[in-house]
Amino acid sequence: MAYDKFTVLQSTAVPLPIENVDTDQLIPARFLKATERVGFGDNLFRDWRYNPDNTPKKDFVLNNPIYSGKILVGGKNFGSGSSREHAAWAVYDYGFRAVVSSFFADIFKNNCLNIGVLPVQVSPEFADKVFAAIHADPKTELEINLPAQTITLIATGESEKFDISPYKKDNMINGFDDIDYLQSIKGEIEEFAAQLPL
Amino acid sequence: MSTTLFDKVWDAHVVRKIEGGPDVLFIDRHLIHEVTSPVAFLGLKSRGIGVLYPNRTFATADHNTPTINQHLPVADPLSANQLNALESNSKEYGISHWGLGHQKNGIVHVVGPEYGITQPGATIVCGDSHTSTHGAFGAIAFGIGTSEVEMVLSTQCIMQPKPKKMRINVNGKLGVGVTPKDVALFIISKLTTSGATGYFVEYAGDVFENMTMEGRMTVCNLSIEMGARGGMIAPDETTINYVKGREFSPKGEAWDKALAYYKTLKTDEDAVFDKELTFDGSTIEPMITYGTNPGMGMGISQDIPDAEHVEGGAATYEKSLNYMGFSEGDHMIGKPVDFVFVGSCTNGRIEDFRAFTSLVKGKHKADNVTAWLVPGSHIVEAQIKEEGLLDILTEAGFVLRQPGCSACLAMNDDKVPAGKYAVSTSNRNFEGRQGPGSRTMLASPLVAAAAAVTGVVTDPRTLIEELV
Repeated sequence: MAYDKFTVLQSTAVPLPIENVDTDQLIPARFLKATERVGFGDNLFRDWRYNPDNTPKKDFVLNNPIYSGKILVGGKNFGSGSSREHAAWAVYDYGFRAVVSSFFADIFKNNCLNIGVLPVQVSPEFADKVFAAIHADPKTELEINLPAQTITLIATGESEKFDISPYKKDNMINGFDDIDYLQSIKGEIEEFAAQLPL
Repeated sequence: MSTTLFDKVWDAHVVRKIEGGPDVLFIDRHLIHEVTSPVAFLGLKSRGIGVLYPNRTFATADHNTPTINQHLPVADPLSANQLNALESNSKEYGISHWGLGHQKNGIVHVVGPEYGITQPGATIVCGDSHTSTHGAFGAIAFGIGTSEVEMVLSTQCIMQPKPKKMRINVNGKLGVGVTPKDVALFIISKLTTSGATGYFVEYAGDVFENMTMEGRMTVCNLSIEMGARGGMIAPDETTINYVKGREFSPKGEAWDKALAYYKTLKTDEDAVFDKELTFDGSTIEPMITYGTNPGMGMGISQDIPDAEHVEGGAATYEKSLNYMGFSEGDHMIGKPVDFVFVGSCTNGRIEDFRAFTSLVKGKHKADNVTAWLVPGSHIVEAQIKEEGLLDILTEAGFVLRQPGCSACLAMNDDKVPAGKYAVSTSNRNFEGRQGPGSRTMLASPLVAAAAAVTGVVTDPRTLIEELV
């Protein structure tokens, strides 16, 4: 099994209503020097989270104790920029299991799906509702139901469906990954390769 | 049925389609580097699986390598550790490894094409978003995450849904001082950094047809900056002349067979795209960015737009300008410059150094500017010397460094200090991209040259006119 199974997640959420959050903010390049996948959570949003002397920046949301939870709610075009999977690892290692946004950058979204972080793309209107609800009450709980493909504001019952391919959904529910699948069709791949022009 | 260039290459590489899921896509060429591969190799080990086709993967060290004194041991232990891991993993699995000091070492997206690893109609991936560069040859090339690096190593395939298709047409005569970089920054400024998300782009029109391969690589390189999965340009005589005879290009009978394939690689006349955009190339100015994403660019003679004229939230816009220390309505011309960086997979090729040199010739580097000129590869470095560019650069007070990604992402010591301004020919102006607190203005090698000799943001056309 490649990662934790994901079915239904009920949690408070951390709001980050900034657009175009790029992977250099999620994890700056200077923290990409590990040869193992450990400790990236400590450097999630490093330069927004800490001053140059490593003291926490009080006004950044991850340093505000009233916000917590396993869900990160970001602004539009979340995860733009580089292909570094380290950005998704940092999100996961910090303790988030889902990211909610009205729009995701492609590679980041794909990386999340490959490591067991669920990207939940909602309408801009629903994203606004979620931000408003958390702003009004930081203890607002959300439910993300992967089998039903719904995200719900538990207090009001307001809910929206989200998209995910049946294949990826099945993978996440069972904790499988693409390598498991590809290994199982290796013979077919080798036959295919034999007839290629390049 | 009429199909696009993208369809032709993608469909020819689909091993299997999964109902309600992605395509299993076969990858012809896989490039790896020291930063995004170590965990993939660990994955192979923990699963007890090997590399299926070691001759389809090529390793080069570039992201964290020093750009001076490359003959000495790498001082940073973490960087040294990654470089050693790339070497030992490559050796263990029989992968070609072009490490630091190797004659073929250089930026992965510069050396791939130089040695003919990049071929028209191929599928090419690398754990680096600027893999889109190779689309200049009519290849489908894009960046992947480390999990996918592991997939390609172990099965030579990845699993992705087929993206939508967009065509961007640019026709017309480019003005004096307008380079491929300006064309790309112009397009991104129109589309924003998410305008092409979910799409694979084909660039068409005489502006691209008239570009050299170096110029086309610059354009395709920046496709990711508007969110596109990648960008490609149909191969033509320019492409074939570039590819022919390179070390890893097909030879003899294999070349004839490949050539027949390359000639099929174009979009049918009546093929339909999900989205199609057209721009007039003659309206493009030399470009510069003023904010903290590559979509925040404008003609260099313009003023920074007001928030109300910009797509997106005012709060995000204000945060960005605050970071840069700029205000709405500011002129960009005359803004202070502390650093100039010429290099990267975007603009680290010979043509870029020719352009830079043409403008600084007979002038002198401004005293307030620290300039880093970093060739993309040893071939580029050698050409700079052979063509006499180095003599001109030296005369003008510039020093040439050794190949690597360098200050583009500042993983090595080439870091712009906090609060300082850099005019950079690289690809991203994100907060802290060139060092914590650094402030980046993206531009072409000509705009970089104009800044380097005047010490402030300067329209290169004013200097070119002086020359004429």
